[in-house]
Amino acid sequence: MISLTDFLVVSAGLFCIGLYMIVSKNNAIQVLIGIELMLNAAILNLVAFGKYDRLNNGGQLFALFAIVLAAATTAVALAIILNVYRQYKTIDPGEINKLRD
Amino acid sequence: MSLAQLLFYVMGFIALASAVFVAATKSLVRSIFMFFITLFALAGLYVLALADFVAITQIVIYVGGILVLILFAFMLSGKETLNVIAQQPNKFISVGKLPAFLLAGFFLIVLVNMIFKSNVDNLQWVKTAIDTKNVITPDAAMTENIGINLMTRYLLPFEAVSILLMVALVGAAHLSRKETKR
Repeated sequence: MISLTDFLVVSAGLFCIGLYMIVSKNNAIQVLIGIELMLNAAILNLVAFGKYDRLNNGGQLFALFAIVLAAATTAVALAIILNVYRQYKTIDPGEINKLRD
Repeated sequence: MSLAQLLFYVMGFIALASAVFVAATKSLVRSIFMFFITLFALAGLYVLALADFVAITQIVIYVGGILVLILFAFMLSGKETLNVIAQQPNKFISVGKLPAFLLAGFFLIVLVNMIFKSNVDNLQWVKTAIDTKNVITPDAAMTENIGINLMTRYLLPFEAVSILLMVALVGAAHLSRKETKR
């Protein structure tokens, strides 16, 4: 029997690695991967607690919604990153400091 | 120690180790391919949490959709993009990365401390669920129940997500088209 605490510790580790990537990387695609890691940590928590809801499946269903929303987020974020590269010739989030032209 | 527990530790170790590799490696392509491993290990963890349908969805959408999208987006976007992105002189822990490392480390300490203090295995609603046999057992087939719940109890979030997906697809297509005029 795997206890809930084990799942929570693994997900806390993933969350902190994602946090480190978001803060330290100077490359928008790697920041995006960090966000995906944090989302996956949250989904792992939802799934682990969803084990104790057999009738309504609340945790698993909201994990499904979160996965689908992450897909939509990534599509839009990649389109934005490619556009930013076309404008600025860089995707370092620290160097993009103008709203337009 | 049962087999499931052993598998859990193996999967958890693979997920954490490959995530550290994703954060540490210099080449972006390598980190994206390592992210595949992280996502597969996470799908294994979902199976061990008795959520097989979520695990399959994770593989189909994350591995088949999102990662391939990321790979395509920067492998098809010209050679100069690849060169600019691929060169990263920084090491894993340099002085510039120290604040981020400290932030993540302290946050991890706080989180783990809180997890052990809150003692989640003895929560009130978890105990009630165990008492009333509201727990998913390893031999239960949950996919049918998920489908029924999706079409009855969670119909409104389902429709909202579908509208949001359509908006996001139209927006992404609009953003990524080539500008002809101006």
